[in-house]
Amino acid sequence: MANLKEMMQDHILDRPNSYIGKSVPRPNAKRLLAGRGTFTDDINLPRQSHVAFLRSPYAHAEIVKIDVTSAEASPGVIKIMTGQEMAKICTPWVGVLSHLEGIKSAPQHALAIGKACWQGEPVVAVVAKTRSQAEDAIDLIQVEWNELDVVVDMERALDSDIPVIHDELGDNLTWQRNVDCGDVDAAFKNADHVIEETYISNRHTGVCLETRVIVADYNPGEEQLTVYLSTQCPHMMQNLFAKHLGLEEHKVRIICKDVGGSFGVKVHSYPDEYATAALAYCLKRPVKFTADRLESFTSDIHARDHRINTKIAVSNEGEIQAFEIDDLTGIGPYSVYPRTSGIEVNQVVNLTGGQYKNRNYRAQARVVLQNKSPMCQYRAVGHPVLTLITEGMVDDAARRIGMDPLEIRRKNLIPDDSYPCTAPTGLPFEKLSHHACLEKLAKMLDYDALQKDKREARENGIYRGIGVATFIEVTNPGATFYGIGGAAISAQDGATLRLDAKGNLIVEISVTEQGQGAEAVVAQCAATAMGISLDKVRVITGDTDVTPYGGGTWASRAAAIGGEATVQAGKALKKNIIEVAGIMLQADPATLDIYNNNVVDKSNNTERISLEEVGRICYYRPDTLPKDYQSELVVTRHYVPKQFPFAFTNGVQGCYVEVDTNTGFVKFKKYVVVEDCGTVINPQLVDEQIRGGVIQGLGGALYEECLYNSEGQFLNGTMADYLVPMAVEMPDIEVGHVETPTLESELGAKGAGEAGTGGAPAVIMNAINDALSPLGGKVTRQPFTPERILMAIGKIT
Amino acid sequence: MDNIEQIKINTVVNGEKVEAFVEPRLSLVDFLRNELELTGSHVGCEHGVCGACSIQVDGSVVRGCLMLASQADGADVISIEGASDAGIVADLQKAFHERNALQCGFCTPGMLLTSSELLDQKKNPTRAEIREYLSGNYCRCTGYEAIIDAVETVAIDRAGSSHNGKS
Ligand code: FES
Ligand code: FES
Repeated sequence: MANLKEMMQDHILDRPNSYIGKSVPRPNAKRLLAGRGTFTDDINLPRQSHVAFLRSPYAHAEIVKIDVTSAEASPGVIKIMTGQEMAKICTPWVGVLSHLEGIKSAPQHALAIGKACWQGEPVVAVVAKTRSQAEDAIDLIQVEWNELDVVVDMERALDSDIPVIHDELGDNLTWQRNVDCGDVDAAFKNADHVIEETYISNRHTGVCLETRVIVADYNPGEEQLTVYLSTQCPHMMQNLFAKHLGLEEHKVRIICKDVGGSFGVKVHSYPDEYATAALAYCLKRPVKFTADRLESFTSDIHARDHRINTKIAVSNEGEIQAFEIDDLTGIGPYSVYPRTSGIEVNQVVNLTGGQYKNRNYRAQARVVLQNKSPMCQYRAVGHPVLTLITEGMVDDAARRIGMDPLEIRRKNLIPDDSYPCTAPTGLPFEKLSHHACLEKLAKMLDYDALQKDKREARENGIYRGIGVATFIEVTNPGATFYGIGGAAISAQDGATLRLDAKGNLIVEISVTEQGQGAEAVVAQCAATAMGISLDKVRVITGDTDVTPYGGGTWASRAAAIGGEATVQAGKALKKNIIEVAGIMLQADPATLDIYNNNVVDKSNNTERISLEEVGRICYYRPDTLPKDYQSELVVTRHYVPKQFPFAFTNGVQGCYVEVDTNTGFVKFKKYVVVEDCGTVINPQLVDEQIRGGVIQGLGGALYEECLYNSEGQFLNGTMADYLVPMAVEMPDIEVGHVETPTLESELGAKGAGEAGTGGAPAVIMNAINDALSPLGGKVTRQPFTPERILMAIGKIT
Repeated sequence: MDNIEQIKINTVVNGEKVEAFVEPRLSLVDFLRNELELTGSHVGCEHGVCGACSIQVDGSVVRGCLMLASQADGADVISIEGASDAGIVADLQKAFHERNALQCGFCTPGMLLTSSELLDQKKNPTRAEIREYLSGNYCRCTGYEAIIDAVETVAIDRAGSSHNGKS
């Protein structure tokens, strides 16, 4: 029993002087505020050269001939390389994973060979002393193209009169998945109401303010490739560069300094980045590539291009009896490597309707190729789409039977006391809190008052609407996401903690900082576990030569997985310190603890010896310790969730809008999010993840769309033409929390980085449609532009 | 480029005299970043939309990607590094830090300089006015609210301290 009590005393959530749950500011933010950050483009190496790419101006075209003669004579040019030569240095890849059964894609090269498959695909690389010289030379390259028929409209990609992009694949269907759970046919047959609708989620992209940047250098003396890269996953990139350039993995070092936004865009590997690394290897000197904004628009991954036919069955009493969906998504000409372009649709299939009790569920999903920019995982992967359709269907059902939107959700959401349980597709839920979140949201929104205000406004011809959207979100994935499918992506992360001779703590950790505050959260975990003050902790991330091997930052995993690894390392290091302190003090280690940078008496926190003194003796005067004793002031621990494939989080968003029925403009009057990410390590950082995520979701819902013409030409590849949310039009957002810690880890934290983005499109759509309902109008096609809103109510045609 | 004639400019950057020969096509932000190695000003769009390249020139905030280095001849240029070192934006930096009004920090130098200009022009801006003024500065991470909060806090503090100063 004493043991259990002791264990509890030492529990990370039960420490004196804890930083868990405190909104401490991020230490690394100061350099960014002073203009002293180091983004990858800020790095310039001796003898550095610059690469620029000639990219395909066509969506689909045969490369008949490339003449580089005059380009080679252009000032400053060091090297010009085409696809064939590149293929001798850098091997091609195929973006498939074995657990997405049947997924197929074609070999993709760093520089296109034979033909180009999307407008923006890199075809020729020019290395010159300066970027402008490289660009000048590109203008002098003559390429003879033979334009080919294009596959643009995903609805037609499988038609027999449409060309097959990669002959060897036989057709343009890269993957399909069907699930059928319960008895869907019977449910629809016996339902009081069946409502069908088609939703369109628009193709949009991440638009990180810092574009993709890489500086690669090869030192032939050491046979070492060093790559400075703006990335989310240094070890994954280390593996990939080594693999495709034929290098030993330990001879490839990835260094990731400050990252100017990533959002999933920088979790993938890109042809131009392989090409840059290959050129550095071949030229044995540094080569830099900084994507310009047009290149970003046409070569960063796009996401969310889905057309989904939906069907819901509901009883007169409001019981949801079945969901059925048919999702068609177009992913560009290749499945993106190494994570594949099947994951987004897989989430849609796995999780649509997953927050509800209903067990009758059928989904069909098809993933097709087309001649547009490649599409892949972007913040909240699949969730914005599946939440849009789930919550759209539920609102459709509520409207049909005249039930209040909160009421229908109360009736159908999985009860908070019925966990653990599974989604119809079998995914396990450890413990969620839909009802607690919903009730909290109703209170924060002041739902009844809003309903009253809405009715009164309508009497005056003002159209206001309330939107509500519940959601679930996949976070903290273990190996089930990628590893089991054969991807060399670490599911676990590690933290190395080192006490230095001055009693400071250095943390080296494999998760990475993208601005979300991972380093701050890790510091909080380390300081709390160790009993040390935050100002004595320094966190180092983003260097494969320095940190333990790990996955990095994606799928809302950095804080929770990295945090737990840190906690466990901190506890182990504390034990080592207390052990050696026990020797120094001739005290029983069981009576000692660390508190406020000192080893103390556990019973009353009286200081016995400072950590600085422990460090001094261990490093400088080990001769004063017993001869057979070696102190260990460095500890590494790893963590990966194993009991559950993911830690699901949940929450609900609500908003109140006014729609101007003359202009189609939507004005926010209130926006509330309640979410449950388990233990909240830093409330301010979590809230800002939610807020930033919501705004990113609203961008996709209201403004952002990658527009193509019928030839597959990208029409709006500038920031002036592609709209992202601006300060003036975005709402303030109130954030509330319910905390249901995961019992898998001691820390109990789940991810929080994507939930805002996942729920936002659904909630704004539901609010607009609530406002439009007296006019008989409804929008289901993103982005919900003023034009589409006016069309929905028949103001324009 | 070897065969393009370079233009000689004399400017003061962050209080230091700078004499340089620049290509006619070189933008001011590229000049600061690449020639002077002042990398605090960032390039987000290269055509005047995002505000990441904001630089103060002769007292006004301009887009460093739209202005040529050669146009800075005779000008007084202050980048985020200079503004930071001179303490001009110290209260804004503190408020941004405390409110976590930055995530990746890429937009932040531009946000600080533009907010500073707003607060110089207007003592007590409303939240709507702050939102309006910062609308030429894109932030992809924060969702803006924290930035608006931070600027509002500084506006209130400055108004309070100038009031105290008078009484
Ligand atoms: S880089 Fe100048 S405004 Fe965007
Ligand atoms: S903090 Fe990342 S763009 Fe503003």
